[in-house]
Amino acid sequence: MAAPRRSMDSSGRCWFLALALGVSLLKCLLIPTYYSTDFEVHRNWLAITHSLPVSQWYYEETSQWTLDYPPFFSWFEYALSHVAKYFDREMLVTRNLNYSSNATVLFQRFSVIFTDILFIYAVSECCKTIDNKKAKQNVLEQPAFILAVLLLWNFGLLIVDHIHFQYNGFLFGLMLLSVARLSQKRYLEGALLFAVLLNLKHIYLYVAPAYGVYLLRSYCFTAFKPDGSVRWHSFSFLRAVSLALIVCFVFALSLGPFIVLGQLPQVLSRLFPFKRGLCHAYWAPNFWALYNAVDKSLLIIGMKFKFLDADKIPTASMTGGLVQEFQHTVLPTVTPLATLICTFISIMPSVFCLWFKPRGPRGFLQCLTLCALSSFMFGWHVHEKAILLAILPFSLLSVKSRKEAGIYLILATTGHLSLFPLLFTTPEFPIKILLMLLFTLYSFSSLKTLFRKEGPLLNWPETLYLTGLVPLEVICEAVYPLTAWNERLPFIPLLLTSVYCAFGISYAWLRLYVTVLTEPTAVKQRKDQ
Amino acid sequence: METWSLAALSVLLGLVVRWSVSLNFYSGAGKPPLYGDYEAQRHWQEITYNLPINQWYFNTSDNNLQYWGLDYPPLTAYHSFLCAYIANLINPDWIALNTSHGYESPTHKLFMRTTVFIADLIVYIPGLVLYCFCLKETSANKKVSILLCILLYPGLILIDYGHFQYNAVSLGFALWGVLGLSCNWHLLGSLAFCLALNYKQMELYHALPFFCYLLGKCFKQGLNGRGLALLMKVAFTVVASFALCWLPFLTDLEQILEVLRRLFPVDRGLFEDKVANVWCSLSILLKIKRILSPHTQLLLSFAFTVLALLPACIKLTLQPTLKGFKFALVNCSLAFFLFSFQVHEKSILLVSMPVCLIINEVPFVSTWFLLVSTFSMLPLLLKDGLLLPYIVTTLTFLLVSVTVLSVHEKTSEEAVGLKKVRFPGLRVWSNTISYSFIVSVIMMAVLTFTSATLIPPVRFPDLFPVLISCVSCAHFMVFLIYFNIVYLWDSQNEGNRKKTC
Repeated sequence: MAAPRRSMDSSGRCWFLALALGVSLLKCLLIPTYYSTDFEVHRNWLAITHSLPVSQWYYEETSQWTLDYPPFFSWFEYALSHVAKYFDREMLVTRNLNYSSNATVLFQRFSVIFTDILFIYAVSECCKTIDNKKAKQNVLEQPAFILAVLLLWNFGLLIVDHIHFQYNGFLFGLMLLSVARLSQKRYLEGALLFAVLLNLKHIYLYVAPAYGVYLLRSYCFTAFKPDGSVRWHSFSFLRAVSLALIVCFVFALSLGPFIVLGQLPQVLSRLFPFKRGLCHAYWAPNFWALYNAVDKSLLIIGMKFKFLDADKIPTASMTGGLVQEFQHTVLPTVTPLATLICTFISIMPSVFCLWFKPRGPRGFLQCLTLCALSSFMFGWHVHEKAILLAILPFSLLSVKSRKEAGIYLILATTGHLSLFPLLFTTPEFPIKILLMLLFTLYSFSSLKTLFRKEGPLLNWPETLYLTGLVPLEVICEAVYPLTAWNERLPFIPLLLTSVYCAFGISYAWLRLYVTVLTEPTAVKQRKDQ
Repeated sequence: METWSLAALSVLLGLVVRWSVSLNFYSGAGKPPLYGDYEAQRHWQEITYNLPINQWYFNTSDNNLQYWGLDYPPLTAYHSFLCAYIANLINPDWIALNTSHGYESPTHKLFMRTTVFIADLIVYIPGLVLYCFCLKETSANKKVSILLCILLYPGLILIDYGHFQYNAVSLGFALWGVLGLSCNWHLLGSLAFCLALNYKQMELYHALPFFCYLLGKCFKQGLNGRGLALLMKVAFTVVASFALCWLPFLTDLEQILEVLRRLFPVDRGLFEDKVANVWCSLSILLKIKRILSPHTQLLLSFAFTVLALLPACIKLTLQPTLKGFKFALVNCSLAFFLFSFQVHEKSILLVSMPVCLIINEVPFVSTWFLLVSTFSMLPLLLKDGLLLPYIVTTLTFLLVSVTVLSVHEKTSEEAVGLKKVRFPGLRVWSNTISYSFIVSVIMMAVLTFTSATLIPPVRFPDLFPVLISCVSCAHFMVFLIYFNIVYLWDSQNEGNRKKTC
């Protein structure tokens, strides 16, 4: 296949189209699968935004699933509701709690599949930023192709959006698009997109430091010293002002109406509910999961050897893992402020690195991933789904260097496995296993092929750890439910999964940090300038 | 990437699609009193588990043959028994005698779907993977592409995982038979095919090519020496495997006759429902069922079937090549489907399986055929509420065959195998072929759309099913002629070359 370059590109485009179409068809096949309460959440939001005036959006509480996303998302639901009325008007009535006619299911599912077009576009833009200079003969082994599969067929996104039900696809699309714009040096566009994204879902605040510092450094400053550090006198006020104007304009558009109505405190209290516990019902595999586990094991050991007095221990902690409020018994109890400080401290080094050791878009992506991972590790009431915030942007790096490919494999595999408890219904069990195998097998074999000349991606302890996920899954899903303990301690499988995965994710986080901190500066900088 | 991981990815993708389809409705879901094939399979489990083996096929007070009586050969019954045994361990209510009629629950659906999945995983898919890897003169990537295409063939997935049947088992055994013959393990091949026959009597559609190919091989090796030995060995294998399958029924002649009567119900009529075969399509113009006596119908259909399959069988006996064998399988099963007695719409799967096997030789026409074959079952799928999976899996199949096999580029005369065919005054242009393909696809799309959305006029309640079956039948007739031409014109030379490698 000694095809000339141009036909190579066109065949690449064909493949991309086929991949995108194929995954969209797969999404359509998943329409009859189980959906979580998030389905009702979004249906309720459709109803609220459709039938109530703007002033009541953030006050309405007929359903327990009140509107708790930023205003742009409400407007998005409002727009959707105008299509929804052609499917089934009943779903737009706020009283119709848990309404799920066939037309409603079809509409909601198709709305996710349809809005994913933005994600597909963003992925194609991201793939264009990857240069295929290796000019390999086989399309299947091009980095851009591998990246397209890793993003479009991402296991987590598939099960969270198209089985569990959420609208992460187009939100991540916006994020990837802004990343692509930044690496194409279209900074203002990137900033605009990210500002819009923040007003669609505020979880993306976690990665805002990376955006802020990167834009400030590479856009607001126009000249750099030979070693890559900024020349302070080159600060361009015009650029800084235009950047600020864009961001302020977006925020004004989003929050303005509510400020005029005097509802800003109400909106913010809906967006940041600190009343919830440290961990979600199922512990996200982060630092706090390990912390809880240590606390619990210390408690058990203490009880056994009579270090602790059984009377003084609050009883609620014994059922931990299933209740939202988790009281620590041995270790100090964690407050929201403490998590905030931990998150802040853990993010700092990566942000400093972005400022002092500039490596262009690559450094930005590293910092972005580290921000997302750090806040996942230490955040308050983190959902397991938030790991996608780190996995998806990190996919872009995984096809670029061998080291990061190895970290990506650990992060993606453990992170995806930790999503398994989201789907607990039996009919979906084969789907999650098969899709997970499909994605994991692909990511391993494609990245291995991509870097086959540079040696293995994982060392043996890492391989051993990842292999351990298989028996873990077998024990949690197949063996444990058959044992007698299942009646008394039903949360053990969840606890095991979350603790085991927490090790992998912490390790990936640490290793990525070490890589970023030890990597030499200015090697790439000269080229990027 | 290594071939094995690509193949594993294809298989996983095929499995994901299968299981996703299985989350949809099954035939007769919530439709008393008769339900559908799902209930039939459940009922067979109930019968085989609760009744002694000599009552399985007999009408007794506990076994009302009018209510989904067992009418498949013994292997199906054993399979039902095995499933029933496991069902009994999980929940005895599922197969309780007489009281479990029409039993439906989400857990039971899950159990039934799992049995199909496991049977598929054990019989059909390994056979397919091995078959694709045993293909000669093809690159590794091509093998995987073919594997993926065949795995995603929508017809089989929709009928097995949507409508609910175990076609993958009988077709899988037949596939193992083909695999055996193509690797020159003749005895293994004949054994596998006997198992297929004893799972579903419809596998008789494939019997003649198997017979002719093996006979031809024996002739070729000389009927005095090794050929005779081979013939004896094959004959012994066939007899022994049949005897083994029928062992419990061999005690009594009446038993055997009863089973045979159940397997071949000649009094059921020329065709049922709306089938895309010649008789059903003809009956729009003239009511054959009323004009001719049942006996004449039987003779007529027999005569036409024999005429249609004779050329391919004769050529295969004289030149037993592997490629010829696959083409003969297509020709014979298609002839049976179009002309024989008592054909179901689902029987088209028996033609599709061999067509899948020649997707390497004639990719474009095979893909086209496979699309039409799925389309021909549309009325059945609509009845089962499988419109969405039908559309999605069909589009997936089309997408995959266009991307990985680039079928759209293979419309030239040479690629469709018509280069050697020279009729005076008639030439086939590749444009004609691709245009007719596009017209055909548009026609199918329009018919799918209209029959899913429009309500037929009161005078013709069956308008859309009839239209669909006529259109499909016209396609199948053209395909029959085409496959015959390609096979019969395939010159001796090429046959020899193919055989040696």
